[in-house]
Amino acid sequence: MRVVAAMSGGVDSAVAAARMLDAGHEVVGVHLALSQSAATLRESARGCCTIEDAGDARRVADRLGIPFYVWDMAERFREDVVEDFVAEYSAGRTPNPCLRCNEKIKFAALLDKALALGFDAVATGHYARIVERDDGAGGVRRELHRAVDPAKDQSYVLGVLDAEQLARAFFPLGDTPKAQVREEAAARGFSVARKPDSHDICFIADGDTRGWLTRRLGERPGPIVDPDGTVLGEHRGAYAYTVGQRRGLGLKVPPADGSKRYVIRTDPARNTVVVGPEDLLGVDELVGDHARWCGPAPEGPVRVGAQVRAHGEEVPAVAEAHRDEVRVTLERRIRGVAPGQSVVLYDGTRVVGSATIARAGRAAGTPAAQSSTGRR
Amino acid sequence: MSVYLDHAATTTVLPEVVAAVAEQMAQTGNASSLHSSGRRARRVVEESRERIADALRVRPSEVVFTSGGTESDNLAVKGTYAARRAEDPRRTRLVVSGIEHHAVLDPVLHLVEQHGARVTWLEPDADGLVPVAALEEALAQGPDDVALVSLMWANNEVGTVQPVAEAAALAREHGIPFHTDAVQALGQVPLPLDEVGADLVALTGHKIGGPLGVGLLVIGRDQRPVPLTHGGGQERQLRSGTLDVPSIAGLAVAVEHAVRHQEEESRRLVALRDRLIGEALALDPTIEVSGWWRPGDRTRRLPGNAHLRVPGCDGDSLLYLLDAAGVECSTGSACQAGVPQPSHVLLAMGVDETDARGSLRLTLGRTSTDEDVTAFLRALCPAVERARRARAASGRRVG
Repeated sequence: MRVVAAMSGGVDSAVAAARMLDAGHEVVGVHLALSQSAATLRESARGCCTIEDAGDARRVADRLGIPFYVWDMAERFREDVVEDFVAEYSAGRTPNPCLRCNEKIKFAALLDKALALGFDAVATGHYARIVERDDGAGGVRRELHRAVDPAKDQSYVLGVLDAEQLARAFFPLGDTPKAQVREEAAARGFSVARKPDSHDICFIADGDTRGWLTRRLGERPGPIVDPDGTVLGEHRGAYAYTVGQRRGLGLKVPPADGSKRYVIRTDPARNTVVVGPEDLLGVDELVGDHARWCGPAPEGPVRVGAQVRAHGEEVPAVAEAHRDEVRVTLERRIRGVAPGQSVVLYDGTRVVGSATIARAGRAAGTPAAQSSTGRR
Repeated sequence: MSVYLDHAATTTVLPEVVAAVAEQMAQTGNASSLHSSGRRARRVVEESRERIADALRVRPSEVVFTSGGTESDNLAVKGTYAARRAEDPRRTRLVVSGIEHHAVLDPVLHLVEQHGARVTWLEPDADGLVPVAALEEALAQGPDDVALVSLMWANNEVGTVQPVAEAAALAREHGIPFHTDAVQALGQVPLPLDEVGADLVALTGHKIGGPLGVGLLVIGRDQRPVPLTHGGGQERQLRSGTLDVPSIAGLAVAVEHAVRHQEEESRRLVALRDRLIGEALALDPTIEVSGWWRPGDRTRRLPGNAHLRVPGCDGDSLLYLLDAAGVECSTGSACQAGVPQPSHVLLAMGVDETDARGSLRLTLGRTSTDEDVTAFLRALCPAVERARRARAASGRRVG
């Protein structure tokens, strides 16, 4: 097959490209320029689209003897990922931009351009597995599964891919522990073998999401209240608070019973941050929209494992899909669930699909964290 | 074996250059040393200088060796600006064409940002030619504050040959130093430096079959640009650094060859170029040629340059598809972190940004053949069709 290997300049995508080549594919390396200021040099270990990263990717491609191109997708990335991120925070939700990037950029803009240019698929260095199964009709069904290395598993951020996207995706690293990938990179003589992992959000170079959001959204002061509406303090922008957060609240009124107080939700319509005792944080019923299925959509209530953040715990649950919406009832309460987060559903190691959490509450009893607005 | 149509980026080294370089590399000797090894090296350098001066019709003392075109342009622009200001602090204005190579543009912008320079840009017409009238007008604003005039001999993207003789004469009337970047022109069009009164002329080896990493700046005897490098005082104190004897020997061979064969080579290249442009336009009538072009012309457009704009395509997609089909060419414009930028030359000519992105520069040279042109023409239409689909699939959103 003719395959585009998306090469970030990191060790994982380098080894992924090499493995595709070893498997006999015709491989072309493509580095995505996603930053609005691609000409800036690395500011920290984070980030994925500096001159240095492009140069590292090019070095690997040269060593493999494959063509290498930089594709400028900064504008699409800005529209579909960065601005979406800002709008979501502004509306009181907590998005995961990596899912959005996979859905809209890597397996949409990049994949579509690759297909149009005559390629058959895109390979990335994500830690996840594609398992091919007989579809019972003489064809092959491709399933997305967790990686074998649980510490590195990235199936969560790929849970937005549909069957069509998966049919054109390769994840050559899903069967290998990270340590082994580094060893392999060193054995292949890649200069990036010891390069630190990227983490956090690539377009927020210094890792200070709150500061970055403040620069984008400006200060929007408002009250911090308890669940009854009593004002306990002031915030400078509700977007800077995360459900489950305890530190940095700066409350002036001490709690009546001396218990610790947590952010239990933010209310963008009233510009308030609601804080309360720990037990209000627990939720066991999630309603998600923008459902994406990695295969056929489940029919009726199905038993699944639900995961609400990238390296979060999987909790047994029952999920029921209704068109674009999914209701997920968890077997036990979990904490720190905010609207905008994605819930990814698993059947064993297989990814069933995902949805964006619109509301989180309790199956029986008072709702805890609940957003008053749905997703646009 | 791929078809190489990117001779303006760099071209095949002449076998006799390889031989000359190899011969000198096997010798020991610093041209600044006083002993016999040094004298031997010095003799090679000075004889090379004389041969180059002869070929270019300048004086040997006017030939200053550098590391290539970029350094030559930097020395000419920054060095002259500093010298002219030192003589008269009012001279802070640079009169520069808007289609210069980055090796001129960026030093100019550096002087603006760091050293208080102002620029009067000479904009080209839609054909990519800078009108002499624009220079007249710029100098009429008051020549006393002008430090330097810079106009390239021939444009590296669209291949248009600029009215350098007239511009140089105008600058001279006002007593203003005139610089021209002639990197692309040498070997393609006549370069009568004894008739054209240019004070500074930048040239490089690797565009004419010489070695990479060596070039020269012709510096008129009255010019004393402030050096960029300070040290051993080589090259009239204008360019310190141990002389690269093998490269200089190779450069002399290449310059002589370029000048000697310019006439016949330009005739041969014009025929190839005209076939390439003519048939490409016939294959896809939406394709446009950038810059002044008349079949058979050898003076207003570089004989080896074809620059096409393909509507609805991104140049980098075309580049990839042609490369995959075994044809190597360029978009012609500079990259930033690997991303092709819309060409400042095309934008200055009035091409809109979207059209400017669909650029292809095909440049012919000594090893180019009719078969190369055929191979390109055969690969063109399938590549264009695919590239259009790719832009539609992933391109910038409209509205």
